[in-house]
Amino acid sequence: MMRSRLWLTVACLLATMGTAMAQKKGGTLRVTHRDNPPSASVLEEATISTIMPFMSVFNNLVVFDPASKLNRLDRIVPDLATSWAWSDGDRTLTFQLRDGVKWHDGKPFTSADVKCTWDMLTGKVNGKLRKNPRKTWWFNIKDIVTNGDHEVIFHLNDPQPSIMAMFAGGFSPVYPCHVPANEMRTHPIGTGPFKFAEFKQNESIRLVRNPDYWKPGRPYLDAIEFTIIPNRSTMLLAMVAGKFDLTFTSDLTPELTKSLQEQAPATQCVLQSTGTQGNLLVNRDRAPFDNEQIRKAMVLAIDRKAFSDILSRGTFEIGGANLPPPEGFWGWSKEYMETVPGYGGDVEKSREEGRRIMKSLGYGPDNMMQLKVTTRNIPDYRDAAVILIDHLKSIYIQGELEPLDSSVWYARLARKDFSVAMNVQGTSIDDPDVQFFENYLCGSERNYTSYCNADLEKLFHQQSQMKDIDARRKLVWDIDKTLQADGARPVVFHAKAGTCWWPRVHGINIAMNTIYNHWRFEDVWLDQ
Amino acid sequence: MLDYILRRIGLMVLTLFGVSVAIFLLLRIVPGNIADILFDSAGLVDPAEKQQIITDLGLDQPLVTQYVHWIAGLAHGDLGYSYVSEKPVLDEVLPRIPITAKLAGLALLFAVCTGVPFGVISAVRQNSWLDYVLRVISLAALSMPSFWLGLLVLMGFVNWFGILPIYDKAPATWGAAILMFGVPAATVGFRSSALIMRLTRSSMLEVLRQDYVRTARSKGLSEPAVTFIHALRNAVLPVITTIGIETAFLFGGLIVTETVFNIPGVARFLVEAIRWRDYPMVQNLVMFIAIVVVLVNLIVDLAYMFVDPRIRLRA
Repeated sequence: MMRSRLWLTVACLLATMGTAMAQKKGGTLRVTHRDNPPSASVLEEATISTIMPFMSVFNNLVVFDPASKLNRLDRIVPDLATSWAWSDGDRTLTFQLRDGVKWHDGKPFTSADVKCTWDMLTGKVNGKLRKNPRKTWWFNIKDIVTNGDHEVIFHLNDPQPSIMAMFAGGFSPVYPCHVPANEMRTHPIGTGPFKFAEFKQNESIRLVRNPDYWKPGRPYLDAIEFTIIPNRSTMLLAMVAGKFDLTFTSDLTPELTKSLQEQAPATQCVLQSTGTQGNLLVNRDRAPFDNEQIRKAMVLAIDRKAFSDILSRGTFEIGGANLPPPEGFWGWSKEYMETVPGYGGDVEKSREEGRRIMKSLGYGPDNMMQLKVTTRNIPDYRDAAVILIDHLKSIYIQGELEPLDSSVWYARLARKDFSVAMNVQGTSIDDPDVQFFENYLCGSERNYTSYCNADLEKLFHQQSQMKDIDARRKLVWDIDKTLQADGARPVVFHAKAGTCWWPRVHGINIAMNTIYNHWRFEDVWLDQ
Repeated sequence: MLDYILRRIGLMVLTLFGVSVAIFLLLRIVPGNIADILFDSAGLVDPAEKQQIITDLGLDQPLVTQYVHWIAGLAHGDLGYSYVSEKPVLDEVLPRIPITAKLAGLALLFAVCTGVPFGVISAVRQNSWLDYVLRVISLAALSMPSFWLGLLVLMGFVNWFGILPIYDKAPATWGAAILMFGVPAATVGFRSSALIMRLTRSSMLEVLRQDYVRTARSKGLSEPAVTFIHALRNAVLPVITTIGIETAFLFGGLIVTETVFNIPGVARFLVEAIRWRDYPMVQNLVMFIAIVVVLVNLIVDLAYMFVDPRIRLRA
């Protein structure tokens, strides 16, 4: 018995050493891509279509530990910053920067680049970025000061520990000051492990190894090629045929993931939380939805488990604005969730309450409320909207699907030109600041339902400044409960999807609570 | 004859003018414009930048002025600038034309090379088992959606040969090119082939019953000479018309095939451009397809003259 255990231990050690020592240099990683990225400028886009192929061109000040399965505040490691320190009552954040780093065009990286990047992001310098979708992330930055070439100091209005999570996200790379913004959209220059080589619209993206990368021995790959394959069936067959090494992140529904593993059992797949959530948008400025009672009845009609069962065979998670555990850190516990209106297990009881409200407002089986349920005309949105329409029938609301072309969809949301809409949106970082300030702050561009609660907004700021994680989480749960009870933007599901690769690919680490932050590819190598 | 050709060219110019007006107006009737889409989809940082794009594209000018600018640019070879790819439209469109041309050309070649001979055989062997088989196949080909057939073909290749003939990079050799374009071309050409076959068959059946065919046979001509020189030449006119229509369809209507086989051609690119309301791109791509269609029709009209002396004489 003892001997067999010893052999097992030795075998395990050898296997581990073998893996650790076996990294091979060279090769081209072939990856499928789901669609044409709007541009190569990570700072200007809000889609994973840009992040996954272009994140490895850049570096951040700090990053979420690439070896960690969860992106959390306590798992942040240095990148272009070698260290950081808080001072002045946590209102000043000082980064020491790495020496000897060069941009891909040979120019040196300095603190001026960091300052200039965040001056653009905070809107202090206009005209550089055409779009700035995450401007709200940086609302707390008062000013940025450089001290020599290798120190940069961020002065904040208030303490905000979680700003580090935003610095660590894939959407926060440092840009070079000397490169015009339009060039960054078509030919990005970074300090990252891979250099941009070519972007053929609707066809492919090619990155090549940066031989001058500041991290010794990295990257292992010679190149990465993304081939744009919008058709999922073709993509699936291409993976089965071994034409590609890795699928685009979370490109496979739970059903397709299963199908791929059946057809190509050697492939390795991970079903991860995508950071996207389905939510109901009710325009509270538009009658009759300015009536709080109607909004409440609509919330009570939703059967979240049915959404999960139908759309994902029960793999989608149910929760509030924040991603629920175990993947999410800030989401409600199961016990707490039971206390939130509409989240109890007894859907029929909730709907009965919903019907009672609707009847008191004059609606009933013979006098159904007629409305249009607007949504984006792609499967993820459309399928959820159809289920929503079915659920609304249970409280005497007859919905008609209004599918919109993607381009029109965004324009209509921005103009708040809808009554009821089914929305699916992504969040790149599992942190309440991102959720609350982006989606629920009075006047925020992405606050599509125009929800505004001044008292709650004070709590947004309060939780943001808290250092005690447990106390902050408790407050976050309460805020989230109020948001859901108010029907601010009722969350229906938190989506999951699959990413697969062939065993010849090593060094891939999929984060379980986001799809946006682990695509540096510097530790990935091919065994071929 | 010159008069006939000039008349046809005049008609072609008129048609293109009409098409250009229609493209221009339709694109502006559709809700949403490129400036709104670019900014609304991801948040706006600088309204001046948005206004600049509107000004650059001339969207703040009267429609007539916008139209004149576009046509004047076209005449000078300036197709405008794409605000999605941030490149001149010509740089984006030019590399895609040969890809679509190869695919459409090969599909047409496949359709003609299989459709016409099988149509003739089917007519000559009317009501034989061969005729029945060919008719069933052609009916099936006409009924099958090309995206479904495309996926079946891809699945077949993966399961039986372990390869997938989709476009992932420009083929380096002729062999690779033939495999890469040949399979999708055959898939999309299958339907056209069936159409041509059925038309050739019915047209041949009508001609084979004519007196002059009987006369040719009674003169002692061989059966192939009767079939291919006397009958086919007279039966081929409606087939030429169909080939013309199919060519036009193949140039503009390859979206499904290009998507399934992942070919970065004109049609797929056009759909993406429409999604972004990339006006310069959409206008010029649709105009390009319209020019191809009109040119093909002109060639078909001219082909009539060479095939049928009666038209030549009338002209």
